[in-house]
Amino acid sequence: MQHLVIIGNGITGITVARYVRKQSDMRITIISNESKYFFSRTALMYVYMGHMKWENIKPYEDWFWEKNHIDLIFAKATAVDTDSKSICLESGEKIIYDKLVIATGSHSNKFGWPGQDLKGVQGLYSKQDLELLEENTKNIHSAVIVGGGLIGIELAEMLHARDIHVTFLVREKFYWNSILPNEEAAMVSRHILEHNMQLKLGVELKEILHDHNGRARAVITKSGEEIPCQFVGLTPGVHPNIDLVKNSKIETNRGVLVNEYLETNIPDVYSSGDCAEIKSSFHNAANKTSLPPNKLEQLWYTGKMQGKILALNILGNRVKYDRGIWYNSAKFLDIEYQTYGFVSAVPREGEDSFYWEHPSGKICIRLVYSSSDRSIIGVNVFGMRLRHRTFESWIKEKRTIEYVLENLPIANFNPEFYKKHEQHIIDKFNLENPGKNLSLRKRSLSNIIS
Amino acid sequence: MNIIQIEPFKVYSHNNKIETLKKSGLAAIAIGFLFFLISLTGISSKQPLLFFFLSFGLVTAGSILYFAIQVKEAPAGIKNNRIFFDAITSRKSIAWILGIVLTGFYILLYWYPGTLQNLVNLINPLSYLLRGQPADRWVLYGTFYTTAVIIMAIRMIVKYRNNRYQILRSISVSFFQLGFSFIIPGILVRLNKPEFYFNYFWPLKFQYLFPDEIKYLTSSGGALGYFMIFWGAAMLIIATPILTYFFGKRWYCSWVCGCGGLAETAGDPFRQNSDKSLKAWKLERISIHSVLVFVVITTGLLWINSASNGKVLGSVSQVFAEWYGFVIGALFSGIIGVGFYPIFGSRVWCRFGCPMAATLGMLQKYFSRFRITTNGGQCISCGNCSTYCEMGIDVKWYAQRGQNIIRSSCVGCGICSAVCPRGVLKLENLPRAGRYSEVD
Repeated sequence: MQHLVIIGNGITGITVARYVRKQSDMRITIISNESKYFFSRTALMYVYMGHMKWENIKPYEDWFWEKNHIDLIFAKATAVDTDSKSICLESGEKIIYDKLVIATGSHSNKFGWPGQDLKGVQGLYSKQDLELLEENTKNIHSAVIVGGGLIGIELAEMLHARDIHVTFLVREKFYWNSILPNEEAAMVSRHILEHNMQLKLGVELKEILHDHNGRARAVITKSGEEIPCQFVGLTPGVHPNIDLVKNSKIETNRGVLVNEYLETNIPDVYSSGDCAEIKSSFHNAANKTSLPPNKLEQLWYTGKMQGKILALNILGNRVKYDRGIWYNSAKFLDIEYQTYGFVSAVPREGEDSFYWEHPSGKICIRLVYSSSDRSIIGVNVFGMRLRHRTFESWIKEKRTIEYVLENLPIANFNPEFYKKHEQHIIDKFNLENPGKNLSLRKRSLSNIIS
Repeated sequence: MNIIQIEPFKVYSHNNKIETLKKSGLAAIAIGFLFFLISLTGISSKQPLLFFFLSFGLVTAGSILYFAIQVKEAPAGIKNNRIFFDAITSRKSIAWILGIVLTGFYILLYWYPGTLQNLVNLINPLSYLLRGQPADRWVLYGTFYTTAVIIMAIRMIVKYRNNRYQILRSISVSFFQLGFSFIIPGILVRLNKPEFYFNYFWPLKFQYLFPDEIKYLTSSGGALGYFMIFWGAAMLIIATPILTYFFGKRWYCSWVCGCGGLAETAGDPFRQNSDKSLKAWKLERISIHSVLVFVVITTGLLWINSASNGKVLGSVSQVFAEWYGFVIGALFSGIIGVGFYPIFGSRVWCRFGCPMAATLGMLQKYFSRFRITTNGGQCISCGNCSTYCEMGIDVKWYAQRGQNIIRSSCVGCGICSAVCPRGVLKLENLPRAGRYSEVD
């Protein structure tokens, strides 16, 4: 019987294992030194905040793995030898594989700031980080967070829930302004301030100072301001964790290099998820500059999608990885965010965008569409829920902005009895586009089903 | 370029004023409880009205102050912070104390009602006003129950103030508890009519189809008595299947029912303690359907006995009915169902015992348009939905597979959808085609 060994039990590794198991009785072993059982990384924050216990963030009960004949090894893999097709564990034990998946995830970024390795300074990615955070934030009352991205705001919310005062340093003009257009980024920034956090915009970290115990006591910004604190959270993104394969014959760059089938340069060795760097399809070493860059995808959703495709490839049905219509979601304190298709922070050539914001300043929608054929390209929505499949098909079918606006109620995914905003949205569009006189389509049962 | 304003409309923070008001609220609640204890001694008998306000009044006013002021503390949004740290919500010390106090109260109420007589006297003015006669222990119980539902509904509304489904649902259960289970039965008593609860039907209120009760209603209620029998039958045979077809069992369990009303309000702080394991689900299916079979048999036996004038079964059916009333009515729905809220969560009775829920559940599963829709691939398996499901449904099991959730036990409280940080879940009543969606 073939032996599939998966290094890493995050969403990607687990998805590979589950989908292989659905169609094959191949022997499957998953190795992780983070935790024995799979947990939801995105839910770590809720454990710290007291919303859930560790048990609650495990997506499957513990019996699930044995029942599905998936062996779990809680140990550190220290080396890969692709010639003898073996994995070496820290204990010295060797595991022989027929097929190997590298799904080792990420490490937190640190950009060489003085003081970045002090006590009381850390990122947030792993279970071990969470345990360290418990330790580092015991009895403290003030913290600085550096890096205005998704992990940064999660960490801010976590500390805020423990009554720790947060000062949030963000390099851009508004929170997450590298991804979000100004209006949305400003909305989230306002919401951060509403929670009585300090938000320092356009501010970068220079160094972290320590006290006589070697523990962080303040940060100094590039403009020379000193901000006292007892904890520093570094959350400027993540990079692929390739420690295990660095000294093997497996080719790496920023991540583990794979082709569109998620295969590495070594036969029977695959990689997917955060740690994989997918080579551009026209990859040509001689002419790097003119090519689209390699892809690093470090999201829960892409990890899951890559895992599914990789399982098919392992089973011998070669399928190219294509993530389809992009989507993502997050929650910024109390404001939920969903995005479907593509919305760039700065409007691109040939695109127009329509933006509506509720007077409360906590609900908004942005629709981006092609200036030429008016087809919908993407949507950002805050404080309101939209139906994934509906928007996906609208984008695929290149529906016009007018069609989308008139049919927007079909895509509404808010709970029942919520106030409807579609009429206000369409009114604003009509106002901004003289000559347009759009009105909401009456909702009939037949178009709800389809 | 436009200058974009990032000045927030309001900055929320804990301040001393809020802290003082919250503490005043807690103090009022504590003093109110002291007056309950004082009233137990009988001192209150001379001035029941004064002591009524000092006990019920202070607890109610203090609670309202304590909950309402939280609107000023933080922006609208569900904050489940510290639920698994706090001793009361995470099955630690205070949870056990509260469980024992509640259970103790039920024991006194059922078997040692004499000990509560002085509290019963406290209710006398209210009872005369509403019912035109002195209170008994059940009026005391009803007053406690209704007060708890209303106070804790206010807490629900504050906590879930960003969610109109939760606000309307909390108003609905309070309305049915106060109107249908407290005021209307009271007025019926005042008018010398049978005390009847229009929001309860067989098999939950099993007596309503027992021969003795029917005889009693027709003989002492006159035309109204016939209407009551008709009402109960119509709700059971006509309204229940139709409403459940269109809305799922939630039209009853989490909007109308009194047991559900208490669970959805007073029980909300404990919803995370329900058991989510597959084992618990297996046990649930056996136990709830056994109770349903038991109540059907009991009812059947009583009618056979009644039709044969006691010749066929003698006293067997009566003994059977008494045992059903004791084991199911008192032990299960009262002591375990409510007394153990802080330990087992708020819906133990509804999940493992209620025969009405069993009936509605079968209808919901096989003959209903209701489902919880999963929003495409947006689930991140975080587990909030399962954790806060009071019925112990492992919601994320379905959501992470992109599958709709159709479970006979789901009471449609909507909290899974409310706590989902990614907007993945929506309670919907749609045509039945495609109800069981794809599994990815």
